[in-house]
Amino acid sequence: MKGAKKPRRADETGVMDPFPQMHPLLKKNYGQWDWHDRPRPGVLHHVAKSGDEVWTVRAGTQRQMDVHTIRKLCDIADEFADGHLRFTTRSNAEFMVTSQDKTGPLIERLNAAGFPVGGTGNSISMISHTQGWLHCDIPGTDASGVVKALMDELHHEFTHEEMPNRVRITTSCCQINCGGQGDIAINVQYTKPPKINHDLVANVCERPAVVARCPVAAIRPAMVNGKPSLEVDEKKCICCGACYPPCPPMQINGPDSTRLAIWVGGKHSNARSKPTFHKLVAAGLPNNPPRWPEVAEIVKTILYVYKEDGRDWERMGEWIERIGWPRFFEKTGLAFTRHHIDDWRGARGSLNASTHIHF
Amino acid sequence: MSKRPHETPLLNELEQGPWPSFVSGLKRLASDNDKPYANMMKDLLGQLEHSYETRMGYWKGGTVSVFGYGGGVIPRFSEVAADYPDSSEFHTLRVQPPAGLHYSTELLRNMCDIWEKHGSGLIALHGQSGDIMFQGCSSDNVQKAFDDLNEIGMDMGGAGPALRTAMSCVGHARCEQSCYDEVRVHRKIINGLLDEMHRPALPYKFKFKFSGCPNDCVNSIHRADFAVIGIWRDSIQVDQEKVKEHVARVGRKLMIDTVIANCPTRALSLNDDDTLDVDNSSCVRCMHCINVMTKALSPGKERGATVLIGGKRSLKIGDQMGTVIIPFMPLETDEDFDRLYELAETVIEFFAENALEHERIGETIDRIGLANFLTGIGVEVDPNMVNHPRTSSYVRTDDWDEEAGKWFERKSAAVE
Repeated sequence: MKGAKKPRRADETGVMDPFPQMHPLLKKNYGQWDWHDRPRPGVLHHVAKSGDEVWTVRAGTQRQMDVHTIRKLCDIADEFADGHLRFTTRSNAEFMVTSQDKTGPLIERLNAAGFPVGGTGNSISMISHTQGWLHCDIPGTDASGVVKALMDELHHEFTHEEMPNRVRITTSCCQINCGGQGDIAINVQYTKPPKINHDLVANVCERPAVVARCPVAAIRPAMVNGKPSLEVDEKKCICCGACYPPCPPMQINGPDSTRLAIWVGGKHSNARSKPTFHKLVAAGLPNNPPRWPEVAEIVKTILYVYKEDGRDWERMGEWIERIGWPRFFEKTGLAFTRHHIDDWRGARGSLNASTHIHF
Repeated sequence: MSKRPHETPLLNELEQGPWPSFVSGLKRLASDNDKPYANMMKDLLGQLEHSYETRMGYWKGGTVSVFGYGGGVIPRFSEVAADYPDSSEFHTLRVQPPAGLHYSTELLRNMCDIWEKHGSGLIALHGQSGDIMFQGCSSDNVQKAFDDLNEIGMDMGGAGPALRTAMSCVGHARCEQSCYDEVRVHRKIINGLLDEMHRPALPYKFKFKFSGCPNDCVNSIHRADFAVIGIWRDSIQVDQEKVKEHVARVGRKLMIDTVIANCPTRALSLNDDDTLDVDNSSCVRCMHCINVMTKALSPGKERGATVLIGGKRSLKIGDQMGTVIIPFMPLETDEDFDRLYELAETVIEFFAENALEHERIGETIDRIGLANFLTGIGVEVDPNMVNHPRTSSYVRTDDWDEEAGKWFERKSAAVE
């Protein structure tokens, strides 16, 4: 093509080298740290074997950030933290300073700029975050909005360390569950089989791939109105939505079919007990933007019972294991139903094969 | 005259409250009338408000990529573009951050400048897989944005059936509990296998995550196909004077309740003189006592990592944690790091050749059995791989003597 600019070939550099980005004191003491403590919520104090000390101030962000917000964080890092910052996996910004005297003014500055300081130790950290209506192609609900609404309600618990142990909350805006395990997980749970637009299936979907995707083999090829399409055995269908991403004409979402469910007791850490999956405790909650108040109510109920009843260092799942599930449902006022009894593969392992009964 | 913003009464409610508001950020971008993205963000807000009204999403995928790469861009075309034409294309570029998520303000400001020029001005820090997500780009600008980002040393992340962007904890950079050099392992493995990220050809996604200790701050055990978690194999380091100081400060009851009684394998005991007795052969390196007494206790000196494979979320067979494949691998010398890289390469090759389409490695292992997977990647069985031996009697044991012979052979070889 005459005159066409030759496309630039990418420089395949891979994972960016963090050392030029790292705060100089962290770089200097890389692999040589000795101990740490937490002088106050939102502040970590690390001491290196060299005697060097660094204080980290952790601040919550909205994760989906406009360039003005990011530049505001940069201004604060330039003013207080030698032009460096880092982020945690839960989208908190961390500013490292080399004297404790700087932490007070830095916290004031962050608060004045609208960033809450906290998320350390036995607090509730920022909720892990998916994409939702803002950017996902298969979302049953929003993500940023649910998280913002909940973090408004949990602001005190982010900025204070008053829980028995750390609390990690996750959200997922469809049943594929991009959010991970959490002490509390708030996930979309569909309640209706997909509604199929048979005019589009043949042109849009690779039908054998869609059939193969179904976890319960409820989808089969069929001719509908003379066109090759797919049909769903609605008695078998578990309404998981797995067929929707490879075949958008099998619409799983709808104002009448997206409900929210709450799960508790998941953890990734190996501390004390082995990592665990979260367990279903409530479902059928309305998908109610912009603030999802029914979800927030139940989440807060569970959190405050745990806060009151949990012992030092007990994660939510460990607390429930001690008090037992009957007392969990009693204390939280939630219903225990037939849907709480697992029937997926391996379900027998979740049944009580003993006379260990909580009275 | 600048385009008028849509009314957004539902989203406006999310500008209230103490937590930082993403809506305020979106609106600020929409009001930057001197910037190329202002109209795009006005319509983006309109479409998002429409989603809040109707409780439905309106994005569909497609195919958009940059020259030479097959992945990394998440294409988004609006299904309601007639009403919101300026955000009809709103693609995301997934870009790999510096390992450990460290930034200089210079780098962040450069990222902002580039995205202000070619994109929407909206950046997510970070996605669930650890990518920087540059959200909101027209098809025409994707290449330009990537070229500029690539010029400042940033490379595309993973998407689709490919090696995905990895994550590592803060680790060696600021944590005394870190048991291996996370940055080195992260960069060595991902950069060595980079072709699998940029030119997607695997059966399905494959994720690595790197945590420096069993606290697993990047959630690798469940959220990675291949989790590398730091651990030590000698004794916990105990500073008995500091143990005594801790007991003096918190009292004996709290010490027993929060430390001794919480040890999952009953490996701890408080001596009469308030020093700590540790039964290291019973200890499972869970980290709890070290987490409570950060000054008095620390991981041992002989450090390395445990490798667990097969973590994933629901689709298709249900949630799975990764399970132990290598109980301990030292990570000190160059050869140690090479050995871990070779294992990663072997597992990826096995996955590419043996997994079914749209099957995660954990599902492959579930389908073929762990013992067959181990044979496939050339790793010997180890009792640390199971909670307990089998309870089902339905197994053929014709070659028992031969298999037992291998065990004793390995045992005697290890002694030599």
